[in-house]
Amino acid sequence: MASLLKVAQVSKSFRGLRALNDVSLDVAERGIAALIGPNGAGKTTLFNVIAGVFPPDAGSVRLDDADITGRRPNSICHSGIGRTFQICRPFSQMTVLQNVTVAALRGSATVEAARTAARACLEMLELDARATQHAANLTLPDRKRLEVARALATGPRLLLLDEVMAGLRPSETDRMVATLRQLRDETGLTILLIEHVMRAVMALSENITVLHHGEKISEGPPETIVRDPAVLECYLGDQDP
Amino acid sequence: MTSLRLFFDPLAPAGLWLGGAFFLLLLLLPYWGGSYVMTVATTVFYLALIGQSWNLMLGFAGLLSIGHALFVGIGAYTAAYLFAAIGLPPIVGVLPAVGLAVLMGLLIGYLGFRFAIGGVYFALLTIAFAEFVRVMIDHASWLGATEGFFLKVTEADRHSVDLVNLRGTPEMYYYLIMALALGALVLCRYLLHSRLGYYWQAIRDDAEAADALGVDVLRYKMYAVAISAGMAGVAGVFYAFYQNSLFPEIVFNIERSIEATLGSIVGGVGTLFGPIFGTFILTPLGEIVTEAIDLLKHWQVIDPETRLDGLKLLIWGFIVVLIVLFKPRGLWPWVCGRLRLIRTEAES
Ligand SMILES: Nc1ncnc2c1ncn2[C@@H]1O[C@H](COP(=O)(O)OP(=O)(O)OP(=O)(O)O)[C@@H](O)[C@H]1O
Ligand SMILES: [Mg+2]
Repeated sequence: MASLLKVAQVSKSFRGLRALNDVSLDVAERGIAALIGPNGAGKTTLFNVIAGVFPPDAGSVRLDDADITGRRPNSICHSGIGRTFQICRPFSQMTVLQNVTVAALRGSATVEAARTAARACLEMLELDARATQHAANLTLPDRKRLEVARALATGPRLLLLDEVMAGLRPSETDRMVATLRQLRDETGLTILLIEHVMRAVMALSENITVLHHGEKISEGPPETIVRDPAVLECYLGDQDP
Repeated sequence: MTSLRLFFDPLAPAGLWLGGAFFLLLLLLPYWGGSYVMTVATTVFYLALIGQSWNLMLGFAGLLSIGHALFVGIGAYTAAYLFAAIGLPPIVGVLPAVGLAVLMGLLIGYLGFRFAIGGVYFALLTIAFAEFVRVMIDHASWLGATEGFFLKVTEADRHSVDLVNLRGTPEMYYYLIMALALGALVLCRYLLHSRLGYYWQAIRDDAEAADALGVDVLRYKMYAVAISAGMAGVAGVFYAFYQNSLFPEIVFNIERSIEATLGSIVGGVGTLFGPIFGTFILTPLGEIVTEAIDLLKHWQVIDPETRLDGLKLLIWGFIVVLIVLFKPRGLWPWVCGRLRLIRTEAES
């Protein structure tokens, strides 16, 4: 299947610290791929490069063969990438519905249409009961759901999810997994997710990329990854598989 | 009409009755209040207009202006000059006046947002430019420099009602500024519920997250500054033709800029009605203090020679401190909740 996202030889340093070193990654259209690795491996940094928060020092990012390297975040959003933040960034003085409406306005001609679209996203993430609550008052799991709902409401072709299942109970994780799979199946969305919860990674992803100290150390389907000695040593060794 | 319906929708019965009664009282004010009460009420609406303009920037979009007198002053001088120099009536002159204020806003916004690291930079630029323009006018003899710029008023003017040239009775000025302040309220209500309002609030709460959701942050910040500056410019045109005299030290004084913020802070930054509500508390209170001091001096309770000019500001400052400490969201949301003025399920 054709690749929707192509990250090629991306490097990024912060004041001498190599956060990403020559990382390449492809995500197949309508696929669900995972990015894993220990803390500080550079996963979020790669998301930030893809989403345009900062340009890479070297390498390129292509979406559907269009070069989007170095474009600004709002322009990347318009080109079809929706992202969540690992540390949730809700619009805290706005209600949950208003939060998602901001995102839905991207693809809507009127505020009313955006609100309708936003309501649909809230339903999908089971947040509809919280619609009129201020985002500041949400619990952590609900904030994570709001992040996903907002990213989804921008109408992306590719969804970047940064640890949206961290802190969720196992039953909630299973619900999120089901929601994401349903999304992909029903809307043809492509998903790239960063996740520490292996239960979710194994259940969802068709392809896994492993980062360690900014380098890609392994790549492949879940069954191969869990047996890769390099991965076991650096990552799975100190985690619950 | 739809926007008016929208406007009254979230009011609960108590809010409708109280608001309606208050509005009627103000509408009939020329019939029950003396000329002094009229002057105070005119000032209240004038400051409420500027307050709403300031609140649009900070409360809606999260942009702090501490030089708002700049936009008022530019509006005032432009319309006054065009009237005096080429006889352009202010009803037309308001366009270039607002235009210049908007341009100034865009210039400061562009410098502040395009090249700055933090929001403080923009706030500092607003005072810097207010000072800069004041000094320029101080030296511009064609604008009267420090001597002041005056508009001619004839005795006949004071008894006419000429909205084209903004010449007329105190009642005319009162109703005009009331209409402008309420018009600003309707405009703010409309904007807050439009795409602009959603984007502004998102930028205010978290600009980086807004950016990631496709919001062109720089552009929407510029819209906020432009609209806010334009509103302040309109207030300036009113000021010029109400006062008929403009002095740079008075018009661009930092005190004017501070004044623009206080009503909103007391009423509630980011709320729609807060700036008006806060001004209705602060301005009459300031007048009462001034009057009380005059009376005490008159009765020789305090030495008539004592200078107490700063007392009003001191008391305002004290009130602001109390509000910030105990009702940081402002008095209006609190009063609304207490008196159930607004339906709870309403969002704004
Ligand atoms: N904006 C930044 N400025 C400076 N250093 C940064 C920045 N972002 C990330 N880093 C550094 O880059 C390295 C990689 O961080 P990153 O957040 O990408 O890791 P991660 O794989 O997402 O880790 P975690 O699992 O803990 O979220 C870390 O050493 C981090 O301190
Ligand atoms: Mg991370």
